[in-house]
Amino acid sequence: MERFWFLTFDGLASGAVYAAFALALVLIWRAARVVNFAQGAMAVATAYVGYAVVSATGSYWLGLAAAILSGLALGALVERLLMRFAGPGGPLNQVIVALGLVLVIQAMLGMVFGNDYRPAPAPFDTDALTIGGVAALSPYDLWVLGSALTVVALLALLFTRTPVGLRMRAAAFAPEVSRLLGVSVGRMLTLGWALAAGVGALAGMLVVPTGLGLHSHAMDLVFVVAFTAAVVGGLDSPVGAVVGGLLVGLILSYVTGYLGPDTTPLAVLVLLLAVLLVRPGGLFSAARARHV
Amino acid sequence: MTSTPTEIAPAAPSPLRRLLPGAPAGREARGSTLLRHLAVAVFVGTLVVLVTNQLAPYQNLQVARVCAFLCVTAGHTVLVGLNGQLSLGHGALMATGAYTMALTQQALDERAVRGWWTLPASLLAAVAVTALGGLVVGLAAARLRGPYLAGVTLAVATLVPAVTTIFTGVFNGEQGLPFPAQTPPAALGAYFQPERWLAWIALAAALLTMLLLANLVRSRFGRSLRAVRDDEVAARLAGIPVARTQVLAFVVSAACAGLGGGVYAMLTATVAPGKFPLDLSLFLLMAIVIGGLGSLAGAVWGAVLLVALQDLPGLLTEHLSLSAGLAQRLEGNLALAVFGLVLIVVMLAAPGGIAGGVRAVRARLLAALRRRRATRSPDR
Repeated sequence: MERFWFLTFDGLASGAVYAAFALALVLIWRAARVVNFAQGAMAVATAYVGYAVVSATGSYWLGLAAAILSGLALGALVERLLMRFAGPGGPLNQVIVALGLVLVIQAMLGMVFGNDYRPAPAPFDTDALTIGGVAALSPYDLWVLGSALTVVALLALLFTRTPVGLRMRAAAFAPEVSRLLGVSVGRMLTLGWALAAGVGALAGMLVVPTGLGLHSHAMDLVFVVAFTAAVVGGLDSPVGAVVGGLLVGLILSYVTGYLGPDTTPLAVLVLLLAVLLVRPGGLFSAARARHV
Repeated sequence: MTSTPTEIAPAAPSPLRRLLPGAPAGREARGSTLLRHLAVAVFVGTLVVLVTNQLAPYQNLQVARVCAFLCVTAGHTVLVGLNGQLSLGHGALMATGAYTMALTQQALDERAVRGWWTLPASLLAAVAVTALGGLVVGLAAARLRGPYLAGVTLAVATLVPAVTTIFTGVFNGEQGLPFPAQTPPAALGAYFQPERWLAWIALAAALLTMLLLANLVRSRFGRSLRAVRDDEVAARLAGIPVARTQVLAFVVSAACAGLGGGVYAMLTATVAPGKFPLDLSLFLLMAIVIGGLGSLAGAVWGAVLLVALQDLPGLLTEHLSLSAGLAQRLEGNLALAVFGLVLIVVMLAAPGGIAGGVRAVRARLLAALRRRRATRSPDR
């Protein structure tokens, strides 16, 4: 039983990161109908920037800010320079361009920073606190959970309570009409990509200290898991991304805890296929018009 | 009102008729597709065999690797380019073929079964098992579209190291499986270069794959593939079973990947999960896009590119005499960065890839030639 609680808390903590990462995917999907397959590589690149600042200044918080800022910039750049021109060719082209970006980013990181794992220290203690004799969350887990949930809340506020959020939703929902009403759809698209990449950068900073360290491939599996989380919740639903992330985090934590860490990719695939074949729209999908 | 259908029918031969299967006009104009492809295959095969006789062992291995990759890229480009199903899991399918090949060869060797037929039998097993794997993935894929399919196949690609470690008793985990190497038959002489023999086997596999695919692409099934890619609803209205076509495309593509994987494993007489990382699946996609999506000629360019990606870094660091640290950083990464950039540029600016470029240049040259002939003829 003790093990079960430990795995539950552990799953919630890693689930919070998957949730943040899935949220980044959902943001872009809602804005542009693209799954950003380069999200993982982009997040690693910004984490490298963040930890370069950390080691230069000694302050984790400056590093975190640098990572998020570079994420915002990278997202805007990718949209302006690449995705805008890949769009007309159809979704297949956008996915392939994103994969090309993955190769370029990973190769550049390897050239600049080398191919070895770099240590990425966590800002808080990662040893779990014991509450009532049960090993529960560590201070770092609490920080991860707290910051991921804060970002979700902030984004919800942005989209539902601010004029910019309204414009972004309008531009994604009905681009033509929004354009007629004076919304700069292109700018909203850039903003959406920037926001998503910023959230991805935060998720990257949160997840890297829990793994083997900084490496150009550090987020490969995290991306696949986050994609699964986004699909479980429904690519269209931010709430779904959060719930899906926590759910997938829990399931994977139980699977690796009871069956061994090597089973993770298999569990991810089974979960992904099960959701897609049984409920393709995800758990939180609204009733969809029939595709002719 | 005495007009009967027989009066109308011969009057206007519809342009559509020429496109229909079995339309006499088309068949006369083209001759037998199978015979033409067979002639090209025999010609190319003879040429490559003659060339391999002049090559050093390492160069022959390069030829063999190109041929092994060609089996995979040709099948992959048919699936992605002609059927519009984006698979990021072809590295895993290659691994399936490679491991089947290794297990079959090991099993035969342990039972002291020998003979020329063991190699084709093992490769056939690799093709069959991988096609079965392709059927499973394809059945799921037929219900998925665009990014969903890409995500699922990406998850498949991450599976190889996990599966080999979970079933470590069968696949021997990270270590992988060694199996007896292929040796040239005694009839070729005692001093025959083993690498040349490997190149010939790989060449035979590649030519067979290309021949079958070239005919398939120009068959009724090939037209169905394109129809489903371009408009599923229209294809269904035209009586094409969309789901079955998509599943079948996946099976054919997987079978090619299995053959390529089996041949690839044969070249080093060993398999290990490290040879089939997630990157391999991305590289395969990169190769067929740069080569030219949907074109079998593009698949050849892609296969050459994949071997170049493996061999260029070593060449580069050898000739530039860089410091050890810098060389280690550039190794592999520089070529990858360049090819990645080329991939993006091709996708944005020249979707036809290398094959499309070659086609355009040839068309322009032919047009120029025709113009020159037309301007000269009045003088004579």
